[in-house]
Amino acid sequence: MSGDGTTTKVYALHGAVIAVLVALNFVLPEYHHGVLARVLVLAVFAMGYNLLFGYVGLLSLGHAMFFSAGLYGAGLPLYHLGWGVVPAFAGGIGAGFTVSLFIGLLALRTSGVAFMIVTMMFAQVFYLTTLYFGEWTRGDEGLVLQQHTRRIALGSETLDLTNPATRYLMAVALFAATLFATLAIVRSRHGRVLVAIRENEERTKMLGYDTFANKLAAVVTSGVICAAAGAAYALLFGYVGSTFASVQYSILPLLWVLLGGAATTLGPLLGTLFMYYVVDITSGYTSAYMLVVGAMLILLVLWFRKGVLGTVRERWLRWLP
Amino acid sequence: MTALLTTKGLSRHFGGLRAVDNVDFSLEPGEIRAVIGPNGAGKTTFVSLVCGRYAPSSGRIVFDGEDITDMPAHLRVRRGIAYTFQITSVFANLSAYENVALPVQRTLTDGRSRRAVRQSAMEALERVGLASRAHEQAGALAYGHQRLLEVAMGLALKPRLLILDEPTQGLSDSEIENFIALVREIASDATVLLIEHNMQVVMELARRITVFDAGKILAEGSPAEIRANTAVQEAYLGTVQEAGA
Repeated sequence: MSGDGTTTKVYALHGAVIAVLVALNFVLPEYHHGVLARVLVLAVFAMGYNLLFGYVGLLSLGHAMFFSAGLYGAGLPLYHLGWGVVPAFAGGIGAGFTVSLFIGLLALRTSGVAFMIVTMMFAQVFYLTTLYFGEWTRGDEGLVLQQHTRRIALGSETLDLTNPATRYLMAVALFAATLFATLAIVRSRHGRVLVAIRENEERTKMLGYDTFANKLAAVVTSGVICAAAGAAYALLFGYVGSTFASVQYSILPLLWVLLGGAATTLGPLLGTLFMYYVVDITSGYTSAYMLVVGAMLILLVLWFRKGVLGTVRERWLRWLP
Repeated sequence: MTALLTTKGLSRHFGGLRAVDNVDFSLEPGEIRAVIGPNGAGKTTFVSLVCGRYAPSSGRIVFDGEDITDMPAHLRVRRGIAYTFQITSVFANLSAYENVALPVQRTLTDGRSRRAVRQSAMEALERVGLASRAHEQAGALAYGHQRLLEVAMGLALKPRLLILDEPTQGLSDSEIENFIALVREIASDATVLLIEHNMQVVMELARRITVFDAGKILAEGSPAEIRANTAVQEAYLGTVQEAGA
């Protein structure tokens, strides 16, 4: 059980990470500034995935569906109905909530491999739906959200999400909110029950916990976080396309989380950042960059079985959440 | 006195196998009841039906005047039925304290208060004598201690009916002595249903014994009656007499 000293250390560490991210806004060169903003939004996606995969032990292969529910939930009404940025963001979250509740109710009747397959199938249905309604979504080609629609009026001021600094800081804000939310969840009573379900569901049931309800809550929380990432992606980067609903975007968060460390709060950021740059750098030299990613994953399995932060926690810093 | 637990015509079939076959059973409050029988007699299946891990094929289960036949397991636990597993299933990666804190935080209406959780969890660990090992990882504890932790998790639920499924399996003689004292102490405020192979434990603890064989109740009575019962001796091939002598 964590004492008060640990609690302080945990919050200090997470606060320091946020502070560094904010500071980077002022020092990063333009290119990396843009990349990091994107990585932060994708890291939110990974954190949502990690909540379900890392803490509850439910391996989903359908999280692209939740991300793109947010993407389309925000992008479509903004593009077609002329919604403002704030209602569009809420629309994205609402879409994520609805989809994850529906999927959770159905998919949680299964477990293990069946859960993987069911979530993947639902995600494929979602992906094909975005293609089918190409008239509104423009399918793979996607929609580009015009600059003038991506502004928030605050009294006399306007917050322009296309401005690099604003965009970066909004990404940091979303990341920080999600980070502290997941931190609070995993340290809460509900979070401890989720870990117990991961470790031994049958035993948890026999301690009087409704494991289905707890898992459903986790699926919805995870879905909403991923949808928030999707909605933010649409609004900050102005692009809404079917690629984000494809199976690739269901597998990526799994890789990011495995790389950074499942069931660690900061692992998803580390994994996303690392992998994004590996792909970014190697694809500059060779078109076979997936080969490098593959080799990296093999090395990871050999030496960092629990991901980078998972291994660090196991060997050195036991207090890491 | 009204019974705490009764089953009527309770059956569970696995394909053609009648694991539990038309069992009428009744348990008085405050009792220590032992359930014995050869391997495969249906003892574990029977208690699994009672605590809701399996659904019965037919029959009814009544706990404290309420029909719980169709109630999901977690709600039965909340009514006061606690089950400790035959195969030790503590949360190996969590500390002993966290293992016990999990059931505690659910039973407390004020589960968010850290102090209340801590107090009740340490209390449960003290009762089984594991307080000094609260911060050890459960999976790293000696086997006998894991069995005790399993019992502590049951106790932390503050049960009205505690079902212990072969709790002394794999314990040393001295550990068994302590365990007998512990069960007596538990029985002062809970009813205990004990599945047990060790006849010494059964004879010392149980006020009444129910003997299962091939899914049915073969005999029921006081330890002396069971010892004298020839049908039981046949089912057990004399082991009761040896152990009881």
